[in-house]
Amino acid sequence: MAVGKEIRTKIKSVKSTQKITRAMEMVAASKMRKAQERMAAARPYAQKIRNVIGHLAHAHPEYKHPYLQDREVKAGVGFIIISSDRGLCGGLNSNLFKATVRAMREWNDKGVKIELCTIGAKANGFFKRLGGNVVAQISHVGDAPQISNLIGVVKVMLDAYDEGRIDRLFVVYNELVNTMTQRPNVEQLLPVHGVDDPQLKHHWDYIYEPDAKDVLNGLLMRYIESLVYQGVVENLSSEQAARMVAMKSASDNAGDLIGELQLVYNKARQAAITQELSEIVAGAAAV
Amino acid sequence: MAMTVHVDIVSAEEEIFSGLASMVFAPGVMGELGIMPRHTPLLTRLKPGEVRLINTEGEEESFYVSGGVLEIQPHTITILSDTAHRAKDLDEAAALEAKHQAEQKLQDQSSEFDYAQAQTELAEAMAQLQAIQKMRKKLGR
Repeated sequence: MAVGKEIRTKIKSVKSTQKITRAMEMVAASKMRKAQERMAAARPYAQKIRNVIGHLAHAHPEYKHPYLQDREVKAGVGFIIISSDRGLCGGLNSNLFKATVRAMREWNDKGVKIELCTIGAKANGFFKRLGGNVVAQISHVGDAPQISNLIGVVKVMLDAYDEGRIDRLFVVYNELVNTMTQRPNVEQLLPVHGVDDPQLKHHWDYIYEPDAKDVLNGLLMRYIESLVYQGVVENLSSEQAARMVAMKSASDNAGDLIGELQLVYNKARQAAITQELSEIVAGAAAV
Repeated sequence: MAMTVHVDIVSAEEEIFSGLASMVFAPGVMGELGIMPRHTPLLTRLKPGEVRLINTEGEEESFYVSGGVLEIQPHTITILSDTAHRAKDLDEAAALEAKHQAEQKLQDQSSEFDYAQAQTELAEAMAQLQAIQKMRKKLGR
């Protein structure tokens, strides 16, 4: 029957789209679980290293590391922006970029320079188009990021801090509140602050081997790297969660669309049958 | 029971050991360290090597670390193990690589951005084609 050929093709095409979105939803769901496990696995290290830094803040070392000293912002600020590599995850990346641009504008108004470091293909593309000063970038760290992937980009920013080109370093990533909500988060990395352990109030200091500067350097570098790593794994879980939700609503929408189209198709077919019948009846009556 | 100290061995990607031990041996950069409970606070870097500890049952357990940082507090010992082999020149190389990538991406206009543009152009062309086909159908009738 020739009726509703276009509608039938349309339904078929929507159905195949729905198949794809549903598959993507399920893939994202399973990847999200793994990403969350990875997040949980990374937590003990972050906590322990934060403890150590907290102890350190209360020790009275003969050497004060520049990362632990607050300094005035004169030259510039640095941002490490963590985004996903792929799209189709709702407004995840654009929300993140909006938050970043807002934070950047604040510093820009104060007349300081901004250096950017992007992790993930989306951030790289966006800030290149925006004309930002991207000094380091890495993308496609994959579903199982390793700290060794991040050493390079973090070092570029730490070097900039050491050389005095930037006086503050921030990291921007999506925080996973729950599966439905992800919040863009701007966190200060340098100078290090906000670590406190009230148990160690008395006057004491570590024995450093080989010397304070060397040990602190290594420790603080690892601390910053671990924070960035945490950001990366958290952003990864956020990405999968956002994609799962986006794909779920896409599949639902496709379902609605199919329903509507099916209704239109059925009506058209029914109308054609009725018309044919009445034609036959009219024809028979005429004879 | 012998005196014990709480030991945590963690790497950035997982927790390796957490529990009590009566003695810990670790490869510090200045030489092997043997640590008993109530050791004075100490902070040192570790060389790649073996961390051994004697657990509460008196058995010896050993773990491999590829460097890291060791913190001693009188009642806790924390070993922050590295997952990557690192050396100054290796870190330097990684940093250079990251910078290089950023510069290359800036010059290379044919990557990600062009891809997006091409996609929109393709979508436009497809829409035009569809319109032409529709018109042709109408005229053909």
